[in-house]
Amino acid sequence: MTRVAGIAIGRWEIALCIFLAGVIILNSSLSPYFLDIYNLIDSTFSFSEKALIALPMALLIIAREIDVSVASIVALSAVLMGVAADAGANTFTLVILGLLVGSAAGALNGTIVSVLGVHSIVVTIGTMSLYRGIAVLIAGDDAFTGFPKAFQWFGRHYLGGILPFEFLLYVIATVIFGVILHMTTFGRRVYALGLNPEASVYSGITRSRMRLALFTLTGMMCGLAAILLSSRLGSVRLNIATGWELQIITMVVLGGISIAGGTGTIVGVTLAVFLIGLLTFGLSLVNIPGIVMNIYVGLMLIGAIAVPRLYGIIESRLAAKAAER
Amino acid sequence: MNSILAQFSSRRENLLAITVVAILVVVLVRAPEFLGPQNINNLLANWGFLAILAIGQLTVLLTGGIDLSQASVLAFTGMFLAILSGISPELPAILFVFLGLLMGAALGLVNGAAVAWIGIPPIIATLGTMTIIRGLVYVLSGGAWISSHEMSNRFKSLAAGDLLGLPNVFWMACICVLFVWLLLQFTTNGRNIYAFGSNQDAARNVGISRHQVQLMVFAISGAVAGLCGYLWTARFAIAYTQAAEGKEFAIIAACVIGGVSIAGGRGTAAGVVLGAMLIAVLETSLPFLRISPFAQLAVIGAVILIAVAVNARSERRPGRRILATRESPAASPGSE
Repeated sequence: MTRVAGIAIGRWEIALCIFLAGVIILNSSLSPYFLDIYNLIDSTFSFSEKALIALPMALLIIAREIDVSVASIVALSAVLMGVAADAGANTFTLVILGLLVGSAAGALNGTIVSVLGVHSIVVTIGTMSLYRGIAVLIAGDDAFTGFPKAFQWFGRHYLGGILPFEFLLYVIATVIFGVILHMTTFGRRVYALGLNPEASVYSGITRSRMRLALFTLTGMMCGLAAILLSSRLGSVRLNIATGWELQIITMVVLGGISIAGGTGTIVGVTLAVFLIGLLTFGLSLVNIPGIVMNIYVGLMLIGAIAVPRLYGIIESRLAAKAAER
Repeated sequence: MNSILAQFSSRRENLLAITVVAILVVVLVRAPEFLGPQNINNLLANWGFLAILAIGQLTVLLTGGIDLSQASVLAFTGMFLAILSGISPELPAILFVFLGLLMGAALGLVNGAAVAWIGIPPIIATLGTMTIIRGLVYVLSGGAWISSHEMSNRFKSLAAGDLLGLPNVFWMACICVLFVWLLLQFTTNGRNIYAFGSNQDAARNVGISRHQVQLMVFAISGAVAGLCGYLWTARFAIAYTQAAEGKEFAIIAACVIGGVSIAGGRGTAAGVVLGAMLIAVLETSLPFLRISPFAQLAVIGAVILIAVAVNARSERRPGRRILATRESPAASPGSE
């Protein structure tokens, strides 16, 4: 690993850069509209909200936890905001409510994981049904559309007429998470928990407190994504954000965050977000439907992990053969 | 008497069985019409689908893996076989059963190869194949729905039919459960699955082939998903791209309720059967209790959490395990 500005840049990030360059070249040769700056900027709407959740998810997976209930937290926050909006709540109240609901749901996840001492995937499979279930119970067949005009600013406003507020928020969040993970004690502790939970507990890291912080942070970012999403769509139904959990985990894993914990960088996650975002945008320009794009994303996910491993396997076999001679 | 009771309820499966029976009693007292033949038929078919998928998932979970691609495999084989039946209506129903098993096993082996030979962590490999196979369903069908009149009658008759008054799906599930139970309980391969899941290093040292175990469990998990693909499509007489989407987690939930440890090595066929039964009973009984259908998901979520809490003691991993899993090649994936 080489270090640039205090951040470890691995082979993975370099590989992602090459992938990204390939996607840009391929897409611009497929469609003349790809390199249009307005098109490119509008394409960020398709991933900004998910990418906001991918940031804390990266921290969770580095610390050997996972949260599969994120999409359900988004749904719960959005539905409760919808109820409040229909009851006449103002924009400020809605934003606070969204963040609070998300944080509370995340904090509950963290608490249950710590109290029961079971793997977080098991707990969050349960809360995934529970949170979405509560959202479904409240929403029923209704669609909430009573959001005030001012609330729509978050998801639809372009700063200076060109830069979407959503995207700016994502960029700022990326910088903040990068600093937290790579330059603070908290970030070191996240890595420590992922590399060796036992040793990190003996060196004075309180695991339950770290868990609570990480899950609450994830919940809060889900609340933020819910604000942006419901503001952009202007209507909330019970099936909002379905399937996001796996798309978000795909972003994180493609970004080089090892599922076994302890490795990966925010730089990698950011590259993966843009890789997926630009690939899907480029393919949509040549009229490839979303579900077919998923084939390419899935292949990329497996390929990105398989190719270096296959390379390693072949290399070691060749070395073994050379040693025999 | 008390000690016998304590001993009986200390076994997770017994506790689960008591819970299922208790729910059934409450439902029957409040709504005797629950016992109507059509409803019992639906209940057993619902259980059948979930049990078939979950019993395959069990074998993967026992090795410490996870298979997220089952629902996509279901949709793909279902779509393929439905189209096939439309093209050649003379094909017998039993052929679809075998084709479903075969196609599912082949897709499962792709997962197995990615995990065993390339060393991709199961959750990543199956997350990838989940999206790829789901996309291929769309490519195969062109996004169209295959509805009842486009399938042959032979295709539909087996899955929609009854034997001795009970749905064929139920009997198929019984066969699958029996097969996996026999495999786990009485064969060397079954022992190897448990051994591999409890301690990969020790399993390697005694000569258990990691490749063989992982290929086997993913093939089983895929095969039952393929079988389910035929049964599902034929019973509901509809094939579409989003079939069973989102079922991935319900299947794992059935296993978790049944006391299967996600860390591998712990879990029984009996537990999974009861876990699937609890979910199926809840799903079919809520309307009879005049509980809004919209509450179903929340109730199931709460039940999963309660089950997790009850099982927490056995799921809790001692410190040594972590050390063991980090040293093994299969569990320390990633990206240097």
